Amino acid sequence: MSSASSTTTGAAKPSSTRANPANKWEAAADWTDGRLGIYSLAKANLRKIFPDHWSFMLGEICLYTFVIIILTGVYLTLFFKPSMAEVVYNGSYVPLKGIGMSEAYASTVDISFEIRGGLLIRQIHHWAALVFVAAMLVHMMRVFFTGAFRKPREINWVFGFLLLVLGMFDGFFGYSLPDDLLSGTGIRFMEGAILAVPLVGTYIQMFLFGGEFPGHDIVPRFFTIHVLLIPGIMLGLLVAHLILVFYHKHTQWAGPGKTEKNVVGMPLMPVYMAKAGGFFFLVFGIIAAISAIATINPIWAYGPYRPDQVSTDAQPDWYMGFSEGLIRVMPGWEISLWGHTLNLGVFIPLMIFPLVLVAIAVYPFIEGWITGDKREHHILDRPRNAPVRTALGAAWISLYLVLLIGGGNDLFATHFHLSLNSITYFVRTGFFVVPVITFIVTKRWCLGLQRRDKEKVLHGRETGVIKRLPHGEYVEVHAQLPQKDLHTLTAHEQNQPIELPAQADENGVARKAGALTRTRAKLSRGFYGEGSQIPKPTAEEHHEITSGHGHH
Amino acid sequence: MSHDMSEDKLPEPHGSAGEVADHGNPFADPGLPAHEPRRTDIDERAAKRAERQVSLMFVISMIATIGFIASYVAIDPDRIVYIFPLGHVSALNFALGLTLGVALFMIGAGAVHWARTLMSDVEMPSERHPIEASDEVRNDVIEQFKTGAAESGFGRRKMIRNTLIGSMALVPLSGVVLLRDLGPLPEKKLQETGWREATPAKPLALVNMSTMQPMKPEDLVVGSLTFAMPEGLTTHDEDFQQRIAKDALMLVRIAPEDIKDDKSKDLGFEGILAYSKICTHVGCPISLYEQQTHHALCPCHQSTFDLADGARVIFGPAGHPLPQLKITTDDKGNLVATGDFEKPVGPSFWERAR
Amino acid sequence: MKKLSARRRHPLAALVVLLLALAATGGLYAAFAPADKAQADVAAQSLAIDEGKRLFAVGCSSCHGINGQGSSEGPSLVGVGSAAVDFQVGTGRMPAQQPGAQVPRKPKIYTQGEIDQLAAYISSLGPGPIAPKPEQYNSTNPDDISKGGELFRTNCAQCHNFAGQGGALTKGKYAPSLEGVDAKHIYEAMQTGPQNMPSFPDSTMPEEQKKQIVAFVRHTTNDEPNPGGLTLGSLGPVTEGLFGWIFGLGTLIAVAIWVAAHTTKAKKS
Repeated sequence: MSSASSTTTGAAKPSSTRANPANKWEAAADWTDGRLGIYSLAKANLRKIFPDHWSFMLGEICLYTFVIIILTGVYLTLFFKPSMAEVVYNGSYVPLKGIGMSEAYASTVDISFEIRGGLLIRQIHHWAALVFVAAMLVHMMRVFFTGAFRKPREINWVFGFLLLVLGMFDGFFGYSLPDDLLSGTGIRFMEGAILAVPLVGTYIQMFLFGGEFPGHDIVPRFFTIHVLLIPGIMLGLLVAHLILVFYHKHTQWAGPGKTEKNVVGMPLMPVYMAKAGGFFFLVFGIIAAISAIATINPIWAYGPYRPDQVSTDAQPDWYMGFSEGLIRVMPGWEISLWGHTLNLGVFIPLMIFPLVLVAIAVYPFIEGWITGDKREHHILDRPRNAPVRTALGAAWISLYLVLLIGGGNDLFATHFHLSLNSITYFVRTGFFVVPVITFIVTKRWCLGLQRRDKEKVLHGRETGVIKRLPHGEYVEVHAQLPQKDLHTLTAHEQNQPIELPAQADENGVARKAGALTRTRAKLSRGFYGEGSQIPKPTAEEHHEITSGHGHH
Repeated sequence: MSHDMSEDKLPEPHGSAGEVADHGNPFADPGLPAHEPRRTDIDERAAKRAERQVSLMFVISMIATIGFIASYVAIDPDRIVYIFPLGHVSALNFALGLTLGVALFMIGAGAVHWARTLMSDVEMPSERHPIEASDEVRNDVIEQFKTGAAESGFGRRKMIRNTLIGSMALVPLSGVVLLRDLGPLPEKKLQETGWREATPAKPLALVNMSTMQPMKPEDLVVGSLTFAMPEGLTTHDEDFQQRIAKDALMLVRIAPEDIKDDKSKDLGFEGILAYSKICTHVGCPISLYEQQTHHALCPCHQSTFDLADGARVIFGPAGHPLPQLKITTDDKGNLVATGDFEKPVGPSFWERAR
Repeated sequence: MKKLSARRRHPLAALVVLLLALAATGGLYAAFAPADKAQADVAAQSLAIDEGKRLFAVGCSSCHGINGQGSSEGPSLVGVGSAAVDFQVGTGRMPAQQPGAQVPRKPKIYTQGEIDQLAAYISSLGPGPIAPKPEQYNSTNPDDISKGGELFRTNCAQCHNFAGQGGALTKGKYAPSLEGVDAKHIYEAMQTGPQNMPSFPDSTMPEEQKKQIVAFVRHTTNDEPNPGGLTLGSLGPVTEGLFGWIFGLGTLIAVAIWVAAHTTKAKKS
C-alpha cells in the first residue's frame, strides 16, 4: 500500500519513480510489490519476534500434522472408491479371497496391498490424525494452564476449540469410510445415537442414511463430509487462527526484560524460518517413521462390515474415547410417554458429550466475568500462580481420563485382571468424585509450590553445603537468588477478590446487590480469596531477612 | 499489587524493561540479560564443524530419498521380511517409511541445527501495542458508520427494511426443501422386520448362518449358540445388509427348568429361544453368550441381558430386553417362525411404543 | 488444614503417604478384582479305563467325586466326552489350581498318554463329544482360510476379537486369547463349550466348518504377517491411541524441546 502513492501520483509518467533494482531478484520483488504490496506486508512480519519455548511449538505440531493429513489424504482419494456396491474380493490377501464386500472396503484393502506405498500413506494419514487431535488437546491445555486465553485472545481460543471439535468429527468420519467391521460398528453406533433423539431422530436417520441402516449412501455421503465439507471449514478457521496469532503477537513467560508491552525472542527471518520450517520436516519424518514400524487400523484383519458381525474391542479412535466412556457407563434408563420412547441411556450421554467440551470452551468468558479483569495479558501465568484455574483444568482432565477408562473398560478388565462390571461402577462413581478430589489436591499442590517459591525468594536456594556453627549446630547454607530469578518469581500479579458494592449508599439507603452480583463476588473470593493464594513476599520482608544476620 | 480496574489496558509489572535495578526493590526487573556467545560464535573451528554437520544431514536426506525411490522400484509389494522387534512385516512399507522418514527428518534436523548453532541467537524485544483502538479512532468509526447508515435510509424506510428481512429469511428455505430427497420418511420401517412375511399358514424357516440350512430342534443342544436368518435371504441380495441389520437371530437352548420367564418359555420351543441379535441400546450384534450364566453381553457397550429371564437387562446402558421371536416347528420338523417380533428390534426410537 | 500443613514435612510423612497409597491400591484391587467362584466344568471315553480311573481318583476325584458324579466343588463329568477331557487337561486348565472368576490356561501337568487314559475313563461314564483326529482339524485347502474367516467373524470374533486375541466377559470372566493354542484344542472347545463358552455341536456347525475356523485361527495367530509393522496387540484403537500419544506426540514434544532450547553458551554463567 505504501507503493500506492508512487503509482497514483505517477499517473502522468509512464514508469515508477523507484530506483533501479540491483539485480533480477530485486526486480522480481519490485514487480510483485507493485501488484500485491508485499513490501508493506513483509516490513511488519519478516523480522517478527517469536519467543522460544517448547510449549509454544505444540500449535505447530497441530498445523504440520494437519498439512500432512491433507497431503496424504489427497493421495488416498486417488485410489479410494467411496461406494457401497458389492464386489467379491480377488486380491492378494489370502484370508479375504472370495469374500463379498463393498467397493469402499475392497479399494482400501487394495490401497494397503496392491498400491506400492499405499499402506505407508494410509498409515501416515491415520497416525497423523491421531497425533493431530492429541496435539490440539495438549496445545489447548497449554493455553489453558498458562492463562494465554485471556484478553485479547478469547476469540482465538474459540477458533482453536472449534478446530478441535471439527478435527474430532472429521477423524470419526474418516474412521467410518473404509467400511470394515470396526468402522461399520461405529456407524451403527451413530445410527443408534441419532435414533435416540426425541421427535426427529427417525427422520434424521432416514435422511442421513438415505433409508434404513446401512443402505448404500452413507459411505459416499461421509466421504464428501470427510474430504470436503469439514476440511474446508477447518482450513478457514486455521487461517483465521494463524492471522490472529500473528496479529496479537505471541505471549511470553515472565522473566528479566520481559514485560506486558514487549515480546522478547528471535526473528522470523532467519531463525524461525529455519526452526519452524525445519520442525515441519521433523514432524513429517517422525510420523513417516512411526508409520513404517507400527500398524494402525489393520482393516484387512477386521474383515468387511456386516451388521450381524462384530469383534470385541469395538472402540472408536482415542479422541472419541471419552464419549464412548459416557455411553458405556450410563445406566440403561428409558422412559415411555404416551406411546413414545425416550432412550435416556443414549440421549443423556449424547447431551453430556457436548457439555464436557463446551465447559472448557466457555471458561475464558466465565473467568473474565468472575475476575472482572478487562486488561490485556501477554505475560503467561505459571499454573501454580492461578491455583483455582489450574485446579479446575486438572479436574476437567481427570474427568476426561475417567471417561477414557470407561471407554476402554473391556481392555482394562482383561489386561489388569479386573471385573468389567467393577470398572463400570468405578467410572460411574468416579465421574462425580474424581474431579472433586483432583480439584482439591491440585489447588493445595499449587499453594504448596507458591509457598516454596516464597521461601526461595526470601531465604535463597539450598546449596547442599552443611556448615557447623561454633556452638555445634549444623545448618545448611542458603544462597541468595540472583535478581533476575527474584524478579521472575515475583513477577506475577495477585488479584484481590471483587468487593460487593456498599450495602448502603451515601444517604444510608439500603441497596441490596443482585443475586448475580453476589454470586460473582463469592466466586471471585473463591478465586482470589484467602485460601486461594499465598501472599507474595514483599520487598520489606526480603530486606528484613537478608539484612538480618545469622540467617541461613 | 492492588487490583484496580483502571483504564490502563496493559498492566505494568513492577519495574520495567531496561530499568537499572532499583536498590530499594530487590524484585525489580533487571532488564534483558546481555547476550552470551556460543562456541560457534567465537570459535571459527566450531562454526566450521557445525556447518559440516548441517551439510552432512542434508546429504543423508538426499541418500535417503534415493533409497526411497530405489525401494519403490525394487521391492515387491508382497515381500515379507522379519525385522526385530517388529515381526514379519512388509519389506516395502518398512523401507519406504524409513527412507521417507529419514529424508524428511534430516532436512528438519539440518535446518534446526543450522539455526541453533550458526544463526544469530541474540534475543531482542519487539514493542507491543494495545489491540484496542484509541478513543479518537473509535469515535471516528462510529461517526462514519452512523453517516453511512443514515445515508442508506435503512432505519427510516421501514418498508424496505422489513421486506429485505423477509426475503432474506425466506430464501434459505429453498436449500432446506432441497434436502427432502435425501431419504424416505420413516413410516413403519423401523417397526417391522423381514420376519413379518411369516404367517401361521406360511411360516418362514430359521436358516443357520453357518450352514445356510434350516435346523431341527434336536440339532441345538443345551449350551449351544447358533445364529439364524429368515429363509429366502441370501448374502448376495441387494438389500442383504439392511435386512440382516434387523432380521439376525441368536438361538440358544436352555434347560427348560432354568428358564425363569414363562412368556419367554412359551415363545420358544422346548427351551430353544430365538432372540434378536441386535442390541436394544444402539444396535451392535450382541452375542457374547455365557452358556453357564445364560448372560449375553454386548461387546460395544457391555449391556448384559439374561437370556434365561426373557432377556431382561441386568447391566449396562440398554433400556429394554431383546425382542424374542416366537418359534415352532413345521411339518418337516424344521424350526420356523410364524410371525414378526412383537416389539421393534434394535435401538429405541421416539415412535417406538413400549 | 493448618495442622496438616505443619506435619507435611515430618520425616515420616513420606512413609505414611506411601503406606496409605499402597493400602489404597491394594484395597481397591481387592474390591474390584473378580472373586467369584469358578464354575469349573469338564469331561470323558474307552481303553486303559482302569489306568484312567486310577489317575482320576488321585487328581480329579476330590472335586468331581470318586465316580465323576460331581460335587459342590466341581460338576459331574458323566457324558462330557473325551473331547472335553482332552481340552481341559490338555490346556492345563484342569486340575484347577485356585478359585477365581474363571479357570485359566496353564502348562499341562499330565502327559498326552495320561490324558488319553483319563479321557477313556470319562468316556466310559457316558457318551459325549469324541476328541478329534488330526485329519479333522488340519486343513489342507487354502480356501478354508477365508471361509473360516467369515465363520469366525459371525460366530467367534464377538468374544475372541477379530485376531483371536480374546476379550472381556462379565464379572471378571474372559474369552481367552487363541494365540498359541493347538488346533486340536480349538476344535475341541467348539465341540464341547468349555466353561462359559457356548458349544457349536456338529449338528449346527459341521466338522468341515470347524476345520475352516481352525484354519483361519491358526493362520491369523501364527502364519499371518503384520505388514504394517508392530501389531500393538491387535486390540483395536485403544492401544493405537496409547501408542500415538506416547511415541507419536511424545517424540514430537521431545524434538520440540530440542528445537526451542537455547544453545549451550561458550562459558557457563
